[in-house]
Amino acid sequence: MISPKYFREIPQRYRLEAGKCKKCGQVYFPPRLICPECKAQEFENIRLNPEGKLLTYTIIRVGSDIFSLQTPFAVGIIELKDGVRVTAQIADVELDRIKIGMSLKLVFRKIQDEGASGLHCYGYKAIVI
Amino acid sequence: MKDVAVIGVGMTKFGELWTKSIKDIFVEAALKAIEDAKVDHIDSMYVGCMSSGLFVGQEHLGAVMADYLGVSPIPSTRVESACASGGMAFRQAYFEVASGNSEIVLAGGVEKMTDGADVTEALATAADQDYEVYQGVTFPGLYAMIANAHMHQYKTTRKQMAAVPVKNHKNGFNNPNAQFRSEISIDKVLSSTLVADPLRLLDCSPVSDGGAAVILCSLDVAKKFTKHPVIIKASTQASDTIALHSRKSLTTLNSVSKAAEKAYKMAGITPKQIDFAEVHDCFSIAEIVVSEDLGFFEKGGGGPAAENGLTALEGGQIPINTSGGLKSKGHPVGATGIAQVIECYEQLTGQAGKRQVKNAKIGMTQNMGGSGASCVINILEAL
Amino acid sequence: MIGIVGFGSYLPRYRIKVESIAKQWGSDPEVIKRGLQLFEKTVPGIDEDTITISVEATKNALLRAGINPLDIGAVYIGSESHPYAVKPSGTIVIDALGIGPDVHVASYEFACKAGTEAMFVAYSLVKAGEMKYALGIGADTSQGAPGDALEYSASAGGSAFIMGKENVVAEILFTNSYTSDTPDFWRREHQYYPRHAGRFTGEPAYFRHVLNAGKRLLDKSGMKPEDFKYAVFHMPNGKFPQMAGKKLGFTKEQLETGWIVPWMGNTYSGSSPTGLSAVLDVANPSDKIFMVSFGSGAGSDGFIFNVTDKIKDVQDKAAKVRDMLDHNQIYLDYGEYAKYRSKIILNE
Repeated sequence: MISPKYFREIPQRYRLEAGKCKKCGQVYFPPRLICPECKAQEFENIRLNPEGKLLTYTIIRVGSDIFSLQTPFAVGIIELKDGVRVTAQIADVELDRIKIGMSLKLVFRKIQDEGASGLHCYGYKAIVI
Repeated sequence: MKDVAVIGVGMTKFGELWTKSIKDIFVEAALKAIEDAKVDHIDSMYVGCMSSGLFVGQEHLGAVMADYLGVSPIPSTRVESACASGGMAFRQAYFEVASGNSEIVLAGGVEKMTDGADVTEALATAADQDYEVYQGVTFPGLYAMIANAHMHQYKTTRKQMAAVPVKNHKNGFNNPNAQFRSEISIDKVLSSTLVADPLRLLDCSPVSDGGAAVILCSLDVAKKFTKHPVIIKASTQASDTIALHSRKSLTTLNSVSKAAEKAYKMAGITPKQIDFAEVHDCFSIAEIVVSEDLGFFEKGGGGPAAENGLTALEGGQIPINTSGGLKSKGHPVGATGIAQVIECYEQLTGQAGKRQVKNAKIGMTQNMGGSGASCVINILEAL
Repeated sequence: MIGIVGFGSYLPRYRIKVESIAKQWGSDPEVIKRGLQLFEKTVPGIDEDTITISVEATKNALLRAGINPLDIGAVYIGSESHPYAVKPSGTIVIDALGIGPDVHVASYEFACKAGTEAMFVAYSLVKAGEMKYALGIGADTSQGAPGDALEYSASAGGSAFIMGKENVVAEILFTNSYTSDTPDFWRREHQYYPRHAGRFTGEPAYFRHVLNAGKRLLDKSGMKPEDFKYAVFHMPNGKFPQMAGKKLGFTKEQLETGWIVPWMGNTYSGSSPTGLSAVLDVANPSDKIFMVSFGSGAGSDGFIFNVTDKIKDVQDKAAKVRDMLDHNQIYLDYGEYAKYRSKIILNE
């Protein structure tokens, strides 16, 4: 029963809400309680720019049971314009056309289902722009 | 702090041990170590295990194992750091002896992975649940992304990566406890099923059951039990961000380089003085990156080094994974860190048989968790 | 002046051609294409559903409206394929877009006209002075039973309309609805696919409601077909809207821009709303638009819009329907289609 955790993650998964350190300006996604860089503990709530570049990727061919119907799918690390890096699936693209350095944009998609009777779990995936 | 020595070792075969439970496996390894050390009691014990809860539904392993080893009421501590659980258990045992708190301490590791749990899901708990695993990434997926970044930045090739499992299988062939004792070729690696591009089945360490244990005591006391104590010159640990995407670099494992830096300093030596190393080859690319971050080769040099035999047992500049590594020996997660120490001990006491490195005086073990979020490094020396 | 302040659509990139489906069932694709006047349809990705489509369509509508999402007082989504049977799609859409929490949310269902219902209610609340802006969305990822005629047309997509009083780009002049108990197409709870009554879905259902709603709308407004630049009808296939348009006195040219079904398929609750969106993408100030939807069961909602001079300021601010239809398509074969549409049985 994942409701409480799912509910807590909504600002990040749905709206890309991150924390910007008020002292040194470093941005963290998800937001944190203490800045690893300068150790300050005050942050500003910001929404990340969904556009970025692909730093590295792979094609998952053997996934965990939850994702078994979706394999093969691509997953990559994307550096967003705010300097934050995220891990996300790369959707709607022929797998052999993915290249490091591609420009991508994060969009709202369904990430997984909690079985046949549980929650639909939403979040962000990247598409090629 | 006292000097600490390893005075005895024991391990089970690694593989699919259908007829043995997690308790059977740990106790078998522990009894072998106790017998090898010739001690008549132990004062304390450590159990390294990544995920007995998810794999077999049993937590509280410290108590479970002390019970089944018949040594209650001694203190018994479960240690967890994903795939570095064994190495970390060893380091904790080292401190308990070095501090003078206990005299004879057992450091063991165990994992029982074949009882039907979703292994991919269990192993993925070593990664960032909410920001990596939720998205669909698997453990091989994380290392595959490191591989792609390393290939992009340093032009490391698929063939160079394949040289690692080929070498490790060649070594494991001579390890009686190894899960796979069969040689493989570069072609076989490159034509095996894709798991997460570019990693194929034979780039990946297997799913295994197994247990391993070592006995530690202070150097003074060690001389009572063996003529060949192996002294621990350094035991260090470092951490890094849990998520791969939060790392400063996608091609350098900072936890490895930081722990190594501290270990060389603690032992008062340089990388060139290491005669052989047991390294965490959970995936072929891991051994390549680690061999660079341990200072054996420059960044980008790990691939060519593997390809050109610089890490081979025969004629290698720095033999890596003479035991067969995780790939050929097997990777029962919690036991691996301890098994690495065992290989070092056997090399340093001249008991490695056909795997023997000539004039082995100083060995290193490198054990890491997840995609490199934790790393434990030990340097051991033959006296 | 009350009407549409922002509009936007989203269509998945995946497509399947009539040929691929026909090949699967051993049917003649040319006969089907001629009969339905349909070439291909949109297919949602495994990770897309009515909720994700609604979010992306609304993002486009917000780009055009240029308003603060927090000023939206109601979010209504009409669909036949709400992801939850109990939990309104709107609850997820509002959190994804940063709307609320001071917002009224409801899900609408009425076969293919649930989208225009959501639009009608959103418009009515603004008209009643209850709130500054209200959002009405029509989106669907409906399924056609394998081997059934509906499999050629049931597709995915949706459109969002923000209703308001300021900076209106298309004023709503008249509305009317026409409803009766006509059992042409339905789905019982717990059944996976809908059922339909064959040829009964034509004249007694679609045409009776669309034509009556259309005639009453013309009477109410005192306007004639010639007064309109564009006409949009619910598009279950290519033929029905053309026949309805002709019967009401509209020409093929008036229907052309909104007649997107041959490439899109029938997006059910997204059908006429997306046709409307395609028209608004290119319309000019003072163009009049006539629109009648149809939902099986059965009923029709009619609207008359007058495009204002603000339309030109917003058209280019977001993606256009024709571009979505004509570019970046990814074609699937039947096996991939079956996998994406979860028609393949797996253990739970």
